[in-house]
Amino acid sequence: MIEPSATPLLAAEQDLRDAALRPVVNAGRRFWVLFIGLGLFALAGTIAYGLQLAAGGLSLTGYTDQIFWGSYEATMVAFIGFSYGGALVSAILRLTNASWRGPISRIAEGTALATLLVGALFPIIHLGHPERIWELFVHPNFQSPIFWDMVAILTYMLATLVLLALPLIPDLAALQDDPRLTRWHRRLYRVLSLGWVAAPAQRRALTRAMTIVAILIVPMAVVVHTVLSYTFSLTSRPGWNSTIFGPYFVIGAVYSGVAVVILAALAYRRAYGLQRWIDDRSIRNLALVLVALGVTYAYATFSELTTEGFVGKQAEVELLYGLMLERYAPLFWSFVAMGLVAPIALIVIPRTRTPAGIALAAGMVVVAMYLKRLLIVVPPLSRPAIGGEAGSYFPSPVEIAIVTGAAAGVAMIILFLFRLVPVLAVDEMQEIERERAEALAQSGRAAGHGPVVVGEAIDG
Amino acid sequence: MCRIARARDHPVMAGSGHEDSAAPIDKTEAEARPPDQHELSRRAFVKAAGLLGASGMLAAGGLIGVTSLVRIAAADDLASASPEELAQRQWAFVIDLRRCDGCGDCTKGCQKMHHLPEGQEWIKVYNLTGAGGQPIALPVLCQMCERPPCVQVCPVVATYKVPDGVIVVDQNICIGCRMCMAACPYGVRVFNWQVPPQVPAGEESTSPLFNSPQRQGTVGKCDSCAHRLREGGFPACVTSCSMEAIYVGDLVADVATNGVDTVVLSDFLRTNDAFRLKEELGTQPRVYYIAGHGQDLDF
Repeated sequence: MIEPSATPLLAAEQDLRDAALRPVVNAGRRFWVLFIGLGLFALAGTIAYGLQLAAGGLSLTGYTDQIFWGSYEATMVAFIGFSYGGALVSAILRLTNASWRGPISRIAEGTALATLLVGALFPIIHLGHPERIWELFVHPNFQSPIFWDMVAILTYMLATLVLLALPLIPDLAALQDDPRLTRWHRRLYRVLSLGWVAAPAQRRALTRAMTIVAILIVPMAVVVHTVLSYTFSLTSRPGWNSTIFGPYFVIGAVYSGVAVVILAALAYRRAYGLQRWIDDRSIRNLALVLVALGVTYAYATFSELTTEGFVGKQAEVELLYGLMLERYAPLFWSFVAMGLVAPIALIVIPRTRTPAGIALAAGMVVVAMYLKRLLIVVPPLSRPAIGGEAGSYFPSPVEIAIVTGAAAGVAMIILFLFRLVPVLAVDEMQEIERERAEALAQSGRAAGHGPVVVGEAIDG
Repeated sequence: MCRIARARDHPVMAGSGHEDSAAPIDKTEAEARPPDQHELSRRAFVKAAGLLGASGMLAAGGLIGVTSLVRIAAADDLASASPEELAQRQWAFVIDLRRCDGCGDCTKGCQKMHHLPEGQEWIKVYNLTGAGGQPIALPVLCQMCERPPCVQVCPVVATYKVPDGVIVVDQNICIGCRMCMAACPYGVRVFNWQVPPQVPAGEESTSPLFNSPQRQGTVGKCDSCAHRLREGGFPACVTSCSMEAIYVGDLVADVATNGVDTVVLSDFLRTNDAFRLKEELGTQPRVYYIAGHGQDLDF
């Protein structure tokens, strides 16, 4: 089933296939150690949720009547946000035909799906009566932001699945007879490749379908995170009722999501020796995208705090003092340092713009953005509506177990996914390479060159 | 919504849309070139399927909307009267802060009557300090907003306004998402985190007008003692206030009473410069406050 390669430029094809299948064929011992280790956390989280259910409500959380939302809601926003980053990276880079997208698009689509699958559990986990979730389908209130959330998340989940599945079709067709695969894998590949034989009509249809999904998923992702922000901003609460919340959430989502893609790409690159394919150029470009988003997020944060603080309405000023100088100051300034200043500096300074430096930056962004989501949810609640003491909140052990279990679950789904399907978008990378080869041939520079290795840095 | 759906389902109506203005042109083209016949029929099929799908969704939407309304009507199970008859009464409260000494008897009376869990308060008495440094006690119960933000945001129509103006929670339905708590500007909604205490036999009720005992994992709130009001009785906070500071009244009959004095509601509010909490939010509460001289109550 190997496509006839028309030019010697595609000599690296077999190597690329081998690389893409490395985690599938031979995961390695460390894979299983990691997988089981993560599994223990996920198990602990599942048990914790079982305890929460058995307690008949939310009595095991650290919530109070005043601070009735906390870690679950922050996790929901954070994880679904991670997902948008992956989806947007894949879609926008495909639409703009960025040649460096090849090696990271599959990983981006994978993280988008994995984080969404886990993130979408939290709107259920945070309910006092999760068994009544069917009420949302039978008696929905169309005015409620929660109803919009549900519709948007479910639609977006479908789109994310399609976004992952479409580019897989040619890859799985090409690999469905690979002798190194288990019979189970081959059967799966045959089913999922939907009878792909790389006919011109099929390719046209696939390209068109992929373009449509890429175009659709951009506004879809914007809608989902906007309505997620409406859960907060469509209330009259100071600190939440802000016109910037929709775009602020969207930017924050993509920012943190790109960081997750970088982490996943670097992890796979290192664990399976994929440096030749997931090349420095792709990682560096992704890091620069991260910087651009980070600066935008910093600007949005600055703009929000300044417009609220300058006018000096009592409630807003109290919130600002709490955030910048009082109770929440350590968390807020940690977010500023770890989420904005340090990662941007690490990537902007050429000396630290190394894979290790970029990994550190991305890791800090992920942690700091989770912190930021907690700071979005909790401080406005801690301020009493009418009078009395400010409330305090700390996540209970059950909450911590569930949230860490969910994070482990995300990693496990990604690991499992790339045990199932190739981690690199082989066909897409070849397409890009073919286009590049044609461009080179046209400019007449190809004459003296030997086989061009996919992923080799070529500027311009 | 239903009517639109039905009209679109109707073959004649469905064919009268502006999309079909292009149909005759297609037809002549198709006749001229037979191979396009297939293409045309497929297009027609896709169009028809799209219309069917859209009208189906509209119909389903309408149906769901109607069932939600039916549920609100059916949930009114303590009502022997029709919604129109119930709407003859529009309950309101007046709290005379000049009389309130902040003793908290209203809170205790309410807790006792509703068999509330330990520490749960449906009418909270805030001890605030006025602009001149003087202490102000401010009892806050459900403000019975005419435009209740809590009702707007409930995803499952578990909280709603009954015809006589009381906002209730159906704890048989509430999924416990706490969105209404986020939306309420007055902080009057509470959540049943723990297992509620046992209720004496014979006093249980699952009516949204009187949830007793409270259901764990659902939101609770002041129900304005709707069940008592409908039977001609007084809310627990009114009867338990030894200072006679809380009046309950009816905006339609324009009368209010604290159990001792009876006043003409509109006159009473006007002559005493009554105010409402967070007026600027546009929620239009039906709970009025009367401040003492020099009290600065801008919440």
